[in-house]
Amino acid sequence: MIGSAAATAGLLVAPLLGEEARKNAAATQQADPNAIPVALDVNGKVHQLELDPRTTLLDALREHLDITGPKKGCDQGACGACTVLIDGRRVLSCLNLAAMNSGKKIVTVEGLAGDGRLQAIQAAFIRNDGFQCGYCTSGQICSAVALIREGRAHSDAEIREWMSGNVCRCGCYLGIVEAVKEASNATV
Amino acid sequence: MQPFDFVREHEVSTAVKAGSRDGAKFIAGGTNLVDLMKCDVEHPTHVVDINAVPLSKVEQVPGGVRIGALVRMSDLAVHPLIVKNFPAISQSLLVSASPQIRNMASIGGNLMQRTRCPYFRELTWTPCNKRNPGSGCSAIEGENRLHAILGTSDACIATHPSDLAVAVAALDGVLTLRGPKGERQVNATDFHLLPGNTPHIEHDLKHGEMITSLFIPDGPHAKRSSYLKIRDRASFEFALTAAAVGLDLDGSLIRSARVAFGGVGTKPWRAKFAEAALGGQRATPDVFRAAAEAEMKSAVAHRQNAYKIELMKRTLVRALSDLAGGVA
Ligand SMILES: Cc1cc2nc3c(=O)[nH]c(=O)nc-3n(C[C@H](O)[C@H](O)[C@H](O)COP(=O)(O)OP(=O)(O)OC[C@H]3O[C@@H](n4cnc5c(N)ncnc54)[C@H](O)[C@@H]3O)c2cc1C
Ligand code: SF4
Ligand code: FES
Ligand code: FES
Repeated sequence: MIGSAAATAGLLVAPLLGEEARKNAAATQQADPNAIPVALDVNGKVHQLELDPRTTLLDALREHLDITGPKKGCDQGACGACTVLIDGRRVLSCLNLAAMNSGKKIVTVEGLAGDGRLQAIQAAFIRNDGFQCGYCTSGQICSAVALIREGRAHSDAEIREWMSGNVCRCGCYLGIVEAVKEASNATV
Repeated sequence: MQPFDFVREHEVSTAVKAGSRDGAKFIAGGTNLVDLMKCDVEHPTHVVDINAVPLSKVEQVPGGVRIGALVRMSDLAVHPLIVKNFPAISQSLLVSASPQIRNMASIGGNLMQRTRCPYFRELTWTPCNKRNPGSGCSAIEGENRLHAILGTSDACIATHPSDLAVAVAALDGVLTLRGPKGERQVNATDFHLLPGNTPHIEHDLKHGEMITSLFIPDGPHAKRSSYLKIRDRASFEFALTAAAVGLDLDGSLIRSARVAFGGVGTKPWRAKFAEAALGGQRATPDVFRAAAEAEMKSAVAHRQNAYKIELMKRTLVRALSDLAGGVA
C-alpha cells in the first residue's frame, strides 16, 4: 500500500470519528490550561469559544459547535469531505487551525439553504442522484457552490477537473457532474 | 499533536522576532504544517500565524514580477501578469493539489513543503534519516516506486514534491528572505539543498528567517514557457515526472533554453546538461531526445523506479515539442 498513489496524497481511510476522539475533545473543552479565546462566525452566528490552539477548524465545528455537516474523511487534505467556505472561498477545514479564523465568515452546508428552501445545487444533487451514502456530499456541495461562482462549469471535463478535490467512495461522479451542470445553468 | 502556543503577527519584523524563538514555526495556509503536526513529524512549541502580514501582492517591478510570499496558489495561477508572461508558473499551479488546497496554500509555504515519502510521515514504522537523522533510510531497500533518481545519496532518495518550485527553478527565480539580521536574496536553484549526509537540512533558510517574496525575471524563456506533469491519475496527484521548459527561439533555432525536472529529483532539478545540449541547435525531436539523454546520464534507479528514467526523457521531449509548436 505504501507504494500506491493514494499513500502519497494521503490514505483514504474513513475514521468515522471514534469515541476516543470525542472524549478527548470533551476533555479539552473542560479544563485546558492552554486554551485561547477564538471567535468563530459560522453561518452568520458568532460563537465565542475557548480552544486549545491545536484544534482544527473541522474539530471546532463538529466537536465544539455540533455543526456536523463538514465530515472527517481522511483528516489529511486528500478527500474534500471537510470542505467549507471561508470568506466565500472553498477550503479544507481539516488542515486549518480554528484559531486562524477569527474574524472570517465561515459557511458550512448547514448555512446554504435560505428560508427553508434548498439551494439550486442541493436540489440538483437530489434530482440527479449525486450521492449514495452521503458521507462526501456536504463537501461536494460546498465545493460545487464555489466552483459555479468561480466560473468553472463550462464542460464536463472542466467540472471533473475542478471537482477533483472531492472524492466519492460510492463513485457517484456521473450524478455529481450532472448536478453541477444543472445548477450552473440554473444560476447563470 | 504536541501542545503549542499560538500568536498572530501583523508585520514582517514582529513575525521574524516571534519566529526566532526556539521551537517556533510560521504557519501560512497550514496545509503542510498542520498535516505534519498531526503525524508528529513537526512539533513546534510556538506557532506564528503570518497570514495578517501584508505580503499578498503580485507586482510588476523593473525586470520582472515580484510575488508576495502570502499570495495563494489559486490567485497566482490566474493572475493576468503570470498567465501572460510566465505561463509555466501558472500551469504548474493549476496542476497542483486541489482547488481547495490552492485556495489555502501560500507561495512561501509551497516552496517550503516537505517530501511525501511515506516513511517520512510514518513515525510508528521505520527509520528515516530526514525525520530522525542517523536512523537510516527505509526507502532505499523498501517501497521506492515514487522516489528520486537524480541527486540521491546513500542517506535519502526522497523527491521534492512541489510543482511550482520546478517552474521557479527553470525560470531563474530569486527569493527574498528576512531574518533577525536583515534581508538577503538567494537564487531559487540554491535555496533547496541536496540530501548528501544531512537530508534533514532541506533549504538555505536559517531559523527565524522568513520568505517575504519571490522575484521572477522577464525574458523570452519566461514568456515562451510551459509545465508538463505526468501522474498516476488525471488530477489531484503528485508528479511521477514533470518538466518546466522555456525556449528563446529564432525561427527554428534555439538561442537558449531553460529546463527543470520535477518528480525525479531530491530537489527541484535544474537540468543544466539538457540546456547545454539544446542551446544553438535546431528545435527537432532528435535534438530534444539528445538533451534528455544528456541530463539523465547521471540518473540512479532503485528497485521500483527505473521506469522514471525513460518516462522523464519522454516527458521532456513532449514538453519541448509542444512548446516549439509548428517550429519543430
Ligand atoms: C492532498 C494534498 C495534495 C497535494 N498535492 C500537491 C501537488 O500536486 N503539487 C504541489 O506542488 N503541492 C501539493 N500539495 C502540497 C501543497 O501545495 C502544500 O502543502 C502547500 O503549498 C503549503 O503551503 P502552506 O501555505 O499551506 O504552508 P504551511 O503548511 O503553512 O507551511 C509549510 C511550511 O512552510 C513554512 N512557511 C510557510 N510560509 C513561510 C514563509 N513565508 N517563510 C518561511 N517559511 C514559511 C512553515 O513554517 C512550514 O514549515 C498537496 C498537499 C496535499 C495535502
Ligand atoms: S527517502 Fe528520505 S524521507 Fe524517505 S525514508 Fe529515506 S531518508 Fe526518509
Ligand atoms: S477530511 Fe479529507 S480533506 Fe479534510
Ligand atoms: S456518496 Fe458515499 S462517499 Fe460519496
